[in-house]
Amino acid sequence: MGNGNAIGDFGRRRFLRAGGASTAMMALAAAGLLQPVRVLATEWQRSAFTANTFPAALKAYAAAASTESREIVFSAPDIAENGAQVVVEISSNLPGSQSIAVFAEKNPMPLAATLQFANGALPQVRIPLKLAETTRVRAVVKTADGRIWHAQREIRVTLGGCAG
Amino acid sequence: MSEPIKIRATVQGDITDIRILLQHPMETGQRKDPVSGKLVPAHFIQTFLVTANGKPLIEGQTNTAVSKNPMLAFKARGLKAGDKLVVSWIDSRGERRSDEGVVGTS
Repeated sequence: MGNGNAIGDFGRRRFLRAGGASTAMMALAAAGLLQPVRVLATEWQRSAFTANTFPAALKAYAAAASTESREIVFSAPDIAENGAQVVVEISSNLPGSQSIAVFAEKNPMPLAATLQFANGALPQVRIPLKLAETTRVRAVVKTADGRIWHAQREIRVTLGGCAG
Repeated sequence: MSEPIKIRATVQGDITDIRILLQHPMETGQRKDPVSGKLVPAHFIQTFLVTANGKPLIEGQTNTAVSKNPMLAFKARGLKAGDKLVVSWIDSRGERRSDEGVVGTS
């Protein structure tokens, strides 16, 4: 698994490249590929994605305090033989759901993905994850009223997915 | 060169199922090359955008924890057969890819 130095170095390189990513998005827009798209959020949330503990990742994503909700449906295998490909499906029945984020508590960088929904997209996703080891996986949903909710599942991993 | 994004969308009643296959190595930076024994540098999609008829539907941000060649599935209301979908991504090296699909009937 990653050591602190490698992650720190990675973080610095990301910081230097952050401007490049938004320039690339603007280039796409200029080329007409994204026209007349209003880009929802151009910059990769570097601080949240590179946080290397679960509490730090939640804090960087502004989701340290959230309420557990049964209105978030979280489907995942109880046991995953291959941690390189663990398909999870998350859907929210909470009114005004705007985004879903997925955290794997014991991954070297716990925040795996964030998704924002607009213009009729339903607040749900099916996504394959790499899980380093047996871990709790948490789905965080933010709603239009500014509240933050979560649901979580424990997934047992027989063979870790970091090297895959 | 990057591989094309595969897009499959089918409308059933009010709901359209959208499946996108993002063909990308999604390297974690922690995997050793089996021949050289050296770590393969991290290389992964960081942001992607799905639009329908030019309007954004889904904006995603991803980390190395998303699987290689990930297939993602979404649902949306209000689309009809013939609507144009565009999926774009940008990765950690600043490489980018954009492909189009059309909503079909099942």
